[in-house]
Amino acid sequence: MPAATAAVASLDGVTHRYGNVEALSGVTFDLAPGQVTALLGPNGAGKTTVVRLLTGLARPTRGKALLFGDDPQSAPAKRRLGVMLQIARVPETLTVREHITLFSSYYPAPLPLADILRLTGLESVADRRYGKLSGGQQQRTLFALAICGNPGLLFLDEPTVGMDVESRRQFWDTIRTLAAAGRSILLTTHYLEEADALATRIVVLNRGRVIADGSPAAIKGQAAGRQVRCRTRLGAQALAALSGVQRVVPEEAGTMLLMSSDSDRTLRELLARDLDAHDIEIRGAGLEEAFIALTDADRKTAVA
Amino acid sequence: MTSAIASTVTLPAPATGQAHPSLWWIYLIETKSEFLKLFRSPHYLVGVVGFPVMFYLLFGISLSRNSGGSITAAQYLLASYCVFGVVSAALFAFGAGVAVERAQGWMSLKRATPMPPSAYLGAKVLSAMAFGTIILVLVGLCGITLGGVHFPAATWLRLWAVLVLGCVPFCFAGLIIAFTVPPTGAPGIVNLINLPLSFAGGLWLPVDMLPKALRAITPALPQYHIGQLALGAIGAVETPDTLQHVVALLVSSVVFGALAWWTWRRSDQKA
Repeated sequence: MPAATAAVASLDGVTHRYGNVEALSGVTFDLAPGQVTALLGPNGAGKTTVVRLLTGLARPTRGKALLFGDDPQSAPAKRRLGVMLQIARVPETLTVREHITLFSSYYPAPLPLADILRLTGLESVADRRYGKLSGGQQQRTLFALAICGNPGLLFLDEPTVGMDVESRRQFWDTIRTLAAAGRSILLTTHYLEEADALATRIVVLNRGRVIADGSPAAIKGQAAGRQVRCRTRLGAQALAALSGVQRVVPEEAGTMLLMSSDSDRTLRELLARDLDAHDIEIRGAGLEEAFIALTDADRKTAVA
Repeated sequence: MTSAIASTVTLPAPATGQAHPSLWWIYLIETKSEFLKLFRSPHYLVGVVGFPVMFYLLFGISLSRNSGGSITAAQYLLASYCVFGVVSAALFAFGAGVAVERAQGWMSLKRATPMPPSAYLGAKVLSAMAFGTIILVLVGLCGITLGGVHFPAATWLRLWAVLVLGCVPFCFAGLIIAFTVPPTGAPGIVNLINLPLSFAGGLWLPVDMLPKALRAITPALPQYHIGQLALGAIGAVETPDTLQHVVALLVSSVVFGALAWWTWRRSDQKA
């Protein structure tokens, strides 16, 4: 991250509790301008809490949340921000056009309505009521509300949940258009494919802590995981006991897929127990494997 | 597809956040949206506008002949059913409306925008007032055409002023409900509070026709005070104690407003 540019948003040593539950524990990170950052993590990792703190919907129990160097609840900071929340439903009896006009009124220099409709592909349903839209069109309407103020920073909390494959691809294209126009974007997602396709940086959150932070390539590398595929007479339990093996997946073709943090040792032990193991194949891990390895390792340290 | 379309849109430099949008414009659009939202919701329209008009036709018009004194039942019930209508409009817009919008995340989404919070509340108050006006026009037309009601213009204006200003404490009362009861139960709770208290407040029957036990709590109800002001406005009360009723409504506004603020803060801290 270029150190010289001021962060568009930051969390500094943030801990947040809901009652007795600690949703975030000492989280620190900056969002640099012009980056697409994916916040990745399993359910309950604290992704939505990060968004709530940075939008001023909640105040950190400890630590500091800043938006454009300002309090996230301040109006000037919020005028530069667009937000898509995970569980937002807007009144069903208003049309797409009426919703966008309402949200546009909150900003001093909103994008022209026609441009918003074109960017989000909602032109043909502009006068349809929100309640009569398809799930994908409703998501795009919420996205339109996020971008209507022409914000420099966008928070998108699970934006493509409920979209079909085609809508998702189209949505990704729009995100890329905005990123190319210099917008900073923070995206929380379950879909690793989405993070891999869009993000220039991935922050992995697990149980309220940042456990990895870097480019998609660096995250994949950090797991240092490899996939070992083979045919063997050893059962899943025996394979799981081999050194370095984090996960065993029996595959339909009769092959076994091993996720290993140390493929050399795994392979030596495998062959020591089953000299007949064959069709052996070793590949670098994808983002999904890296993610599982990272969160697994984190869980193990927590138990230990 | 979208990418091809998207590339035809040239994005201007992003917002700097320093300029202010026009506050009047926000209030105007917010109120228009809130009004349209409610107007297109059959539940709200039937419950808030339909019931007072129906009650008035059933009881006000059909009873209009068997009345003694200078004030007819058609006149008396015109005022009190309009009050019942505007109280319902306020309680439902706030009690049920805010509860649902909170549950759906709509309120969170708006709070993440630079919308001034006063616009959200103000739009709902103005919409409740607009529905109060609609109720007065419809019930009034029934009264004029079918009930033989003839008021001078000043009387209509006084009644209208009572309705739009007197609904404010009920807006705050609705907020308290929205922040304390589970959202799915809110519409039911509003009915459960609204109907008995309207009755006990003398909006359906004149207070001296109420059972004695009920009459004991009547003066404690803001429904009673707005009702008495409305009846005073049409000259149905011999010696109206206007000041006492205005003070009672002001006090309930302050108390309900403070309670609403407190419940809002409390539910906010839990989030």
